[in-house]
Amino acid sequence: MLKEQATQSERPRTHIEARSEQPRYPGRAEPIFEVHEVGVSYNGTPAVRNITLDIGRNRITALIGPSGCGKSTLIRCFNRMNDLIPSATVDGSILYHGQDLYGAGVDPVEVRKLIGMVFQKPNPFPKSIYDNIAFGPRVIGMKGDMDAIVERALTRAALWDEVKDRLKDNAYQLSGGQQQRLCIARCLAVEPDVILMDEPCSALDPIATAKIEDLMLELKDRYSIVIVTHNMQQAARVSDMTAVLMPEVREGDVTIGHIVEYAQTDKIFTNPDNKRTEEYVTGRVG
Amino acid sequence: MSAAHGTIGGAPRADKAKGVVFKGLLLFSLLIGFVTLIVLIVDVANDGLGKLSWSFITSFPSSLPSRAGIQSPLVGTIYLMLITAVVTVPIGVGAALYLEEYADRNRWYNRLVEINIQNLAAVPSIVYGILGLAFLVRGPVGLGRALLAGGLILSLLVLPIVIIASREAIRAVPPSIREGALALGATKWQMIRRQVLPASIPGIATGSILALSRAIGETAPLILIGAIVFVPFNPSSLTDQFTALPIQIFNWTTRPQEEFKLLAAAAIIVLLGLLLTMNAFAIWLRNRYQRRW
Repeated sequence: MLKEQATQSERPRTHIEARSEQPRYPGRAEPIFEVHEVGVSYNGTPAVRNITLDIGRNRITALIGPSGCGKSTLIRCFNRMNDLIPSATVDGSILYHGQDLYGAGVDPVEVRKLIGMVFQKPNPFPKSIYDNIAFGPRVIGMKGDMDAIVERALTRAALWDEVKDRLKDNAYQLSGGQQQRLCIARCLAVEPDVILMDEPCSALDPIATAKIEDLMLELKDRYSIVIVTHNMQQAARVSDMTAVLMPEVREGDVTIGHIVEYAQTDKIFTNPDNKRTEEYVTGRVG
Repeated sequence: MSAAHGTIGGAPRADKAKGVVFKGLLLFSLLIGFVTLIVLIVDVANDGLGKLSWSFITSFPSSLPSRAGIQSPLVGTIYLMLITAVVTVPIGVGAALYLEEYADRNRWYNRLVEINIQNLAAVPSIVYGILGLAFLVRGPVGLGRALLAGGLILSLLVLPIVIIASREAIRAVPPSIREGALALGATKWQMIRRQVLPASIPGIATGSILALSRAIGETAPLILIGAIVFVPFNPSSLTDQFTALPIQIFNWTTRPQEEFKLLAAAAIIVLLGLLLTMNAFAIWLRNRYQRRW
């Protein structure tokens, strides 16, 4: 079911010009995720609560905030990675193209084919560069010439020229930045609709970070991207929309994250409505 | 305060002496084990090397010391190892995969199984022998004193070791690899089959070989099930009677003639050679495929 909807949604991807004229606030961009009153708890202890926001198609949406505010917890709801933690429970609803991600009959495996994820630390498989890319297409049973699929994915991730002569080498021989772009390529190879990035540059040097940021800007023509980052400059540089999460301390040491402000990135960084947002983005707290 | 500012002289003499004595004691403890092993090997080599020859390996046991050899025990031992490997590795890896990837630690029965496996690894081998005698040789299975019965008993004996070693190898595959595979839309089984299992095979192989090298020296359970001590033929099927190197050694050392004691020493050299070769291979395998994640 989910697959069909994604295929339908691929059509407007060609009208890039038309879309770029749209205002960049969520009310006008076509939403890919509609998050309503979402909360996540571990063993009954809430980690984030009351999350309501729309995430726009072909936008880069940044989730920022100090550590412990639940940004990673939140992003893991979008591809149902939280299902892997038995003690985690998710309530509220997340609509993906209008369909409830957590609805009965939705298979998390199908969800993850459409909503890819890039992790904090590069996590290539202990295999060749080629097999790292080919793994995804093989397990989801993609048809077509595997060599072409691999080349296309690596090209889109701006890695092809660096690795085309060493596709059989072990992925661990690549540098950290190359490994992370390999992980992005691996994610692109299964032709997802959305890419979730959980602090993708936190283990990388500034040059490698810049390459990934350039790549994100290129990719947003084809994909919708949600990025968690602790680097405010990064959010300012790449994202269209920014959600600021803040931890709220209650009952002893328990901190619960919630959104204090969600707006266009320019607004968040130049003229935020919320006082805590302003203090955070100007570096006075957090 | 007696210590003046700026003095960086050594610790008091008594403290230094204590340190030296302690270090000496530790070294002594190490040497006890090491020297005993060396003495043992030298002693056995002294007795046995003279008897060691190609004809010793290719001859069958005999009541005449000059004509006796170890062909049938050696072949029996190799068959036992093959049976044990074929039986324990799939079952052990399967059990380990279940415990690591599927079992919910919060369920009491899974915890019970875990504790049981830890304890099984420490059960004396003679107990497995009794179990084998009652269930496999006689009793419900009724295999008789067959090669298969011996192999199955050794399998049961080392199964907990294989499970524990495989679990460690599987657990060493970092969670980020599992997440990476699942995030691409792989099912749990695809993730295990194509990522976790291949990545843990070197560790599983190393653990399995070390488990086999424990099985190769086991004598008690085989004697108990009556692996008969004089077998002048090689087993040709799984239901044939058999003997094995440790049993042959045991047999020879109980004979009164001095000649047989030397034969036992020669057989011990062969057994030790097999054992060390297996261990060396396991270590090589571990170093060859060791991964830094």
